[in-house]
Amino acid sequence: MNTIVCIKQVPDTEELQKVKIDPQTNTLIREGVPGIINPFDENAIEEALRLKEKKGGNVTVLSMGPSQAEESLRKALAMGVDGAVLLSDRLFAGSDTLATSYTLAMAIKRIGPFDLILLGKQAIDGDTAQVGPGLAEWLNLPQVTYARKIEVNENKIRVERVLEDAFEVVESPLPALVTVTKDINEPRYPSLRGLLRAKAEKIPIWAAEDLPLDKRKIGLEGSPTQVVKIFIPKPPKRGEILSGEISQVVDKLILEIEKRRTI
Amino acid sequence: MDFDLSDDQKMILELVEEVSQAEFAPRADEISKKGEFPSKNIKKLAELDLFGVTLPREYGGLGMDYLTWALISEKISKACATTGLIFGANLLCTYPLMVFGTEDQKRKFLPPLARGEALGAFALTEPEAGSDVGNVQTTAKKEGDHYTLNGSKIFITNGEVAHTYIVIATVDRSLGPRGLTAFILEKGMAGFSFGQHFEKMGLDALPNVELIFRDCRVPKENLLSKEKRGFRVAMQTFAAGRIGVGIGALGVAEAAFEEAKEYSKQRVQFGRSISRFQAIQHTLADMATEIEAAKYLLYRAAWLLDQEKPFEKIASMGKLYASEVAMKVTTKAVQILGGYGYTKDYPVERYMREAKLFEIIEGTSEIQRGIIANKILKE
Repeated sequence: MNTIVCIKQVPDTEELQKVKIDPQTNTLIREGVPGIINPFDENAIEEALRLKEKKGGNVTVLSMGPSQAEESLRKALAMGVDGAVLLSDRLFAGSDTLATSYTLAMAIKRIGPFDLILLGKQAIDGDTAQVGPGLAEWLNLPQVTYARKIEVNENKIRVERVLEDAFEVVESPLPALVTVTKDINEPRYPSLRGLLRAKAEKIPIWAAEDLPLDKRKIGLEGSPTQVVKIFIPKPPKRGEILSGEISQVVDKLILEIEKRRTI
Repeated sequence: MDFDLSDDQKMILELVEEVSQAEFAPRADEISKKGEFPSKNIKKLAELDLFGVTLPREYGGLGMDYLTWALISEKISKACATTGLIFGANLLCTYPLMVFGTEDQKRKFLPPLARGEALGAFALTEPEAGSDVGNVQTTAKKEGDHYTLNGSKIFITNGEVAHTYIVIATVDRSLGPRGLTAFILEKGMAGFSFGQHFEKMGLDALPNVELIFRDCRVPKENLLSKEKRGFRVAMQTFAAGRIGVGIGALGVAEAAFEEAKEYSKQRVQFGRSISRFQAIQHTLADMATEIEAAKYLLYRAAWLLDQEKPFEKIASMGKLYASEVAMKVTTKAVQILGGYGYTKDYPVERYMREAKLFEIIEGTSEIQRGIIANKILKE
């Protein structure tokens, strides 16, 4: 059972006040902002480790990002994954979800045979939830999103998918791609032994030229999506609370309704 | 003199801090109120490999120093004193095994302790023997290939949750301290059972239990060090253990200080936060200063132990000072919180009850002063 987990480094939610948006590109300025592993991706790592503990095999984590994303890969190594690869190149900068999933797909081709690809259901910064499904398309794999439980039987998986007010049970042959929710597990902390081992590990960094890819499909050039505008919605106005004698309050309310013509 | 921590230490402490604050601190109040052994916390410490920090790699440990151990223990104790003391009591078993154990004993007993699958305990105290160590009444009689132990121990930390125990008994009561002998006992040995649980002023979730030996047969391979060398085993173990106890007190003091500091910034009286009154400022300044002083005494004791230099005097000073600072700081924290501080809605009254223990265990403050005086007058 070989699993590849794709993770993203996102700004630390406890340091949100430090996050700024570039007014030119309408994208996050990530430099200097402490990063964490996208929380849902931590669930994906945990699930991969649990499957490994049950079924054997190995777990590789893959991330695309600036060099500081190496910290996140190191944390995954400390949690117990077997290998990590960082995709980092100026040519990858500005990738939208299409270019990102394409680049990840090409890297996975280089990593080699696998049974399962896991990702978090979405990243907490962009919140698109598109990279997982996009990746499945590029690799021509069956995909199951929003998993809260994965069971592996022989060459099949049985997955419980979280829906709005129910869950759905889906079966898929392997290899497959699954994105997970936080309900699936409680991610472990790294152990001290893991930390010390991860610190010494050399993480390979692959650039565009290390991958069999079409340069027109990566980075800004390969990204049809442009963020045109980004804004913080104004919070709705607070309602007015009427107080006093019931009869007066009712009169006032009726007057207000007539005045505003709300009915 | 280098006060900087290594990158490894920083990395480890960051993790321990994160786990302690996220997992242990929020439950500290509840486990104390319920008097419930924090088994989840202990499992977490084991998963993190923390029980094996100071043990060599060949016995399943990480081969790190006692200073790192002390720094880790400080973080744990600050979040939950109970968990810190359970962690600390474990060292009272692994340390004498490391110093006095034979190769066979180390190979047999240390790996499960390093993995946290077995907890350790150290048993000396009896109804008639505490400060007066030589008055131990539990007897050990050699009979062929084993010793037969009879007697009982009280207040034993990690009591019945432990698996491996270092027990001090006497092979000859008439010899006083010179008759003491140390043994390694395991839970489940015939004739070894548990008695009374002690209800306490604080730290209700910390197991302190009576151990009972009735014709308990201990194989002679379980003799630790030699016959009649138990006093030395006990003294050296206590000396190292005092660093751990002092660190526990330090953690409690730090927690109380943080609580009082934050409260003083929030609490408004006479139209301003009370942290703007000089009376409160001076109190906070004293608390912070004393905590800092206690900290470096203890770090130095741990460092001396790591350097294999005499550490006993500084360890006693650290334990004495840190436990008295903890008592003072927690009392002042209750005072700063005023009426709220006296209620169980805030943790400072618990810290105050917890702090008291540290002035008593592992040698009372009076015993520490005796040890220190004895050392300095000989210098």
